[in-house]
Amino acid sequence: MKMVVAIIQPHRLDAVRAGLTEIGINGMTVSEVRGYGRQKGQTEIYRGAEYTISFLPKLKIEVALPDDRVDDAIAAITRAARTGRIGDGKIFTIDLHAAQRVRTGETGENAL
Amino acid sequence: MLTATALVLLMTLPALALFYGGLVQAKNILSVLVQCAAVAALCSVLWFAVGYSLAYGGNGDWLGDGGSFFLKDVARGAAHPGTHIPESVFVMFQMTFAVITPALIIGAYVERIRFAAVLLISALWLLVVYAPVAHWVWGGGWLFKRGVMDFAGGIVVHVTAGISALVIAWMIAPRHEFPHGIRPPHAPWMVMVGASLLWVGWFGFNAGSALSSGSDAGMAMLATHLSAASATLVWMAIEWIKFGKPSLVGAVTGTIAGLATITPAAGVAGPLGAVLLGAAASCVCYLAVWLVKRVMGVDDALDVLGVHGVGGALGTLLLPFIVLAGAGTGTLNHPTIEQFGVQALGVGSVAAFSAAATFIITKLADMLVGLRVDREHETLGLDFATHGETGYHINR
Repeated sequence: MKMVVAIIQPHRLDAVRAGLTEIGINGMTVSEVRGYGRQKGQTEIYRGAEYTISFLPKLKIEVALPDDRVDDAIAAITRAARTGRIGDGKIFTIDLHAAQRVRTGETGENAL
Repeated sequence: MLTATALVLLMTLPALALFYGGLVQAKNILSVLVQCAAVAALCSVLWFAVGYSLAYGGNGDWLGDGGSFFLKDVARGAAHPGTHIPESVFVMFQMTFAVITPALIIGAYVERIRFAAVLLISALWLLVVYAPVAHWVWGGGWLFKRGVMDFAGGIVVHVTAGISALVIAWMIAPRHEFPHGIRPPHAPWMVMVGASLLWVGWFGFNAGSALSSGSDAGMAMLATHLSAASATLVWMAIEWIKFGKPSLVGAVTGTIAGLATITPAAGVAGPLGAVLLGAAASCVCYLAVWLVKRVMGVDDALDVLGVHGVGGALGTLLLPFIVLAGAGTGTLNHPTIEQFGVQALGVGSVAAFSAAATFIITKLADMLVGLRVDREHETLGLDFATHGETGYHINR
């Protein structure tokens, strides 16, 4: 099992969700996060003075998947989240050691 | 006058509180709101006790007499001399000015001041700076006798507050992130709501200063509105040209600059004069904001001097020329150049007096209660550190 962690532009969330649903992947966790990468924040101007916003708002999506769905999921997220501009985000894949469904106690891939 | 009085109080509570509150960081929003509320309450009680007497008792050159301490001479049936307004309403109308003027200064020291210092400075300032200057200009004092023209408070309200704000901001020193690490306004929408309420409240401020609901009040209201509108457009245009984007905070800052600038001139400027004054307001105040923060390096956090002080002085000084250019509907007390001399004397003397007196008051406050919260509390935010409350409980 793998955990796919995607940092995306907030306005791409609906597209990413639709993209994953389309290929039969249901369920994700979304958090509001702030960070910076190559985009290095942005500047805003108030009353003629520049303010540097070092950390920009992004969304973090976490999806737990069986190994054989990971490539499809990454492809779907990339397709949906990509605008081609700097700041589109990144996708990380992490090994997932265990999973358990709270309600039934099922474990492993059955719990996903 | 009842309506005008209510409108002017609205300018402090909640208009100015929201205008300033939106401009600070989320962790300091409540501190600004409570500072506005506390200053309003404190200055009201002080106005009752001694302030009104010092400003409006008798015709002495420098200070009113103590004849109406605790408003003991304000009879139910009395009219204010020379008007048909009940004395009670005149006291109350002037009280709302005495409330907003020290509250304007809050913008200079937000996000780092001790609450006790806010109260002490505001109280002393009302009695030592505001009341005497109100007496000089409006209460029959030496500037009044010389024929200075300040319809609704360009000198009495905006120059006093603006200069004093600069002095306190300089003495309390900048916020520790100043200038490059300062966070942007946390809620520009709130700034807009506050500015809009100020705009409406200003009709009471300026039209009410005619002290009767006749043609003078009507023209003052029209001039006030047009100046605000013109200044809004010009500030927006400046930003649009300079940065490529017209901002909300910029537009409403222009509104306030236009309102402060028309304030002293609302009694003589006609509609055209008001539009011209509004345009001048945004050009000059935009530069002033930049000069104070970037060139002088003083953290007048919410630009009290740049927007209010400079606006008030500008309107006071341009007023004779607006009339000369035929863009006015009122008459001057003196020929144009002589009137300009008197106006400049008024601005200069009041600015110098405000600066000196505020310096002493602030020194005293520093010795008695201390001006700044410690660095840890500044970082934590005054809302929790000073008041034990948090402005926003979202996602927590």
